[in-house]
Amino acid sequence: MTPPITDATGAPTQHTRRSYLGWLLGLCSAGVSAILAVPLIRFALYPLTAKTTETKWSDIGPSADFQEITTPIQRLINVEQVDGWRKQISDKVVYVTKTTGGETCVLSSVCPHLGCSVQWAVAQHQFVCPCHGATFGIDGARLGGPAPRAMDRLDSKVEADRLIVRYRYFRQLVPGKEVIG
Amino acid sequence: MNEPERGPAPKTGGLFHWFDQRTGIDEILRKSLDEPIPGGARFAYVFGSALLLVFISQVITGAFLALYYVPSADHAHTTVAYIMKQVSAGSFLRSIHAYGSSAMVILLLLHVTQTFLYGSYKGRRELLWLSGCVLFALALCMAFTGYLLPWDQKAYFATVVGTNIAGEIPFVGAWIKNAMRGGVDMGTLTLSRFFVAHVFLVPAAIFSFIALHVYMFRKAGAAGPIHEDPLTPKLPPETFYPRQVVIDALFALVIIAVLAVLSQFLPFDLGPKANPADTRYLPRPEWYYIPIFQYLRYWPSSLSFLGVVVIPGVVAFLFASLPFLDRRMERRPWKRPIAVGAYVFILLALFGLGAVSYRNDRLDPAFATQLLAQQKAAEEFSQQPFELEVSQTSLASSSAAPTDPLVVAGEKLYQAQSCGACHGDTGAGTAAAPKLAGIKTRFSAAALAALLRTPSAKMTAGGMTPVTLPDPDLAALIDYLNSLK
Ligand code: FES
Repeated sequence: MTPPITDATGAPTQHTRRSYLGWLLGLCSAGVSAILAVPLIRFALYPLTAKTTETKWSDIGPSADFQEITTPIQRLINVEQVDGWRKQISDKVVYVTKTTGGETCVLSSVCPHLGCSVQWAVAQHQFVCPCHGATFGIDGARLGGPAPRAMDRLDSKVEADRLIVRYRYFRQLVPGKEVIG
Repeated sequence: MNEPERGPAPKTGGLFHWFDQRTGIDEILRKSLDEPIPGGARFAYVFGSALLLVFISQVITGAFLALYYVPSADHAHTTVAYIMKQVSAGSFLRSIHAYGSSAMVILLLLHVTQTFLYGSYKGRRELLWLSGCVLFALALCMAFTGYLLPWDQKAYFATVVGTNIAGEIPFVGAWIKNAMRGGVDMGTLTLSRFFVAHVFLVPAAIFSFIALHVYMFRKAGAAGPIHEDPLTPKLPPETFYPRQVVIDALFALVIIAVLAVLSQFLPFDLGPKANPADTRYLPRPEWYYIPIFQYLRYWPSSLSFLGVVVIPGVVAFLFASLPFLDRRMERRPWKRPIAVGAYVFILLALFGLGAVSYRNDRLDPAFATQLLAQQKAAEEFSQQPFELEVSQTSLASSSAAPTDPLVVAGEKLYQAQSCGACHGDTGAGTAAAPKLAGIKTRFSAAALAALLRTPSAKMTAGGMTPVTLPDPDLAALIDYLNSLK
């Protein structure tokens, strides 16, 4: 800071004293405002720091039921989607089946082509989409038809002896698996 | 003569100079900061700027609360609970806003009392006083409309009573009440009306009247202490800056600290969601409305015209026309026994009515237990963890489950055939295909069957495939389609 301007008697001029006070007041109010802004910013940015949209894990059934499966089992699950202060509950169809390696996996029944519900055709021993005839193997691998990729595998795990799954939607008509919600 | 000395124009930096040339900010700052106060700065003059501070705080916190709040009877309470229980700093901000309304009323009373006792409304200050009266009324409107928004028990029932009081007004009362409620009963339309008033209409009016009030104040000048001539001040003036600014700032700090400590350690409560069927609920307004609430109890409906309209109307009219009635330049309170006596009488009457109301509630055992139970219920609700609201659409689909076995079978087929992939889960239609709900009104069952078996060219082009189900299944599917609404 510049030294205070003084008049003939050596006393600081009124202007200078007022300027210092002005700076002090300005600084203090800036400080107080900054402190008060903290809760406002935390409030406004809450959705960025907390999970305000998520899909909860849904229960499929006791894991023992799926130990010895030879054909895919169709199950209806309750999907709970959290959206801010509300949740949507919807029923979705999934298939519990086996990978070629023999481990249990859960497939979404939504066809990766245009979204129809894929069915297990017992006679053909494969999944068939009723809309445009895409076919998939027992593990969901793409066999034929217009589908651009295999059936979509969902995250699943066994917790407290129950098989649970996290339901997701994936973008249709693209060769890669892209989560869209 | 009395012009305060102004320092030489400060040597200001290039940026400030650039800005000043375009805005005249230097002139504005000087004008506002160098406002002369006859007789000098005083603590007694802080309430006006304190009111402005709290109002700005209400505007800011209110705008932030609106980030999460939804004004509808089925979501309002959930969203406020979400703010209180989930959102970071939500309980703090809502408490600042809710306690802010009390702070507003207290400061208003102090501001009016100071103006009244100092006789600062005298000397060509009639419009300044009137604009202040309007602001007072608008602030009370804000408190009344804001109180309903959380849609909890006390908000709901206090507003039932508040609007009922408006209904007491003879001839036009019922009409006014229904206009406030948006119908005969309280409901989601009431909430929308109160929300619009609280967030758009009343604040807009307050902004305009604050501008008017401040302008009139500057035009008339500060009135100074009680022995000052309100028209041509004689006392040596002191500029607003720095001493009055510092005093105002210190008082602002006190208000901020009180609000912050209260909000942090004693958050404003949120009771359970409004339940209109609860007949035992004892409505109690916020403390500043309690005296009026008690006053109105003394009037039987046969005399309601006198009690609800005439007396408050006369008091309000006398209050607003004070500077027209009291035209002497005498400002010392002890020389104005009638005006000051009337004012003190009204204040004491309000305090007395409030005290009687609280005492009655405490002494009547039935009231006391019910009020305690209500308080407990609110505290309990505040303690419970937040519960997500189950979205209406999914509720509708689960509760409206079809019961006719054919329809149930049809619904299974609808799902199995993936009709919903294009036509929507409940036939509501999507971008890919038209809606099926209400199809009953467009096709007979036979025509529909024919179309499903052999879709029209337009349907095929849109991606529709022929339905190859056996006849009984097709009939079930059609039954299901016809059940869709
Ligand atoms: S939607 Fe499944 S093949 Fe087209």
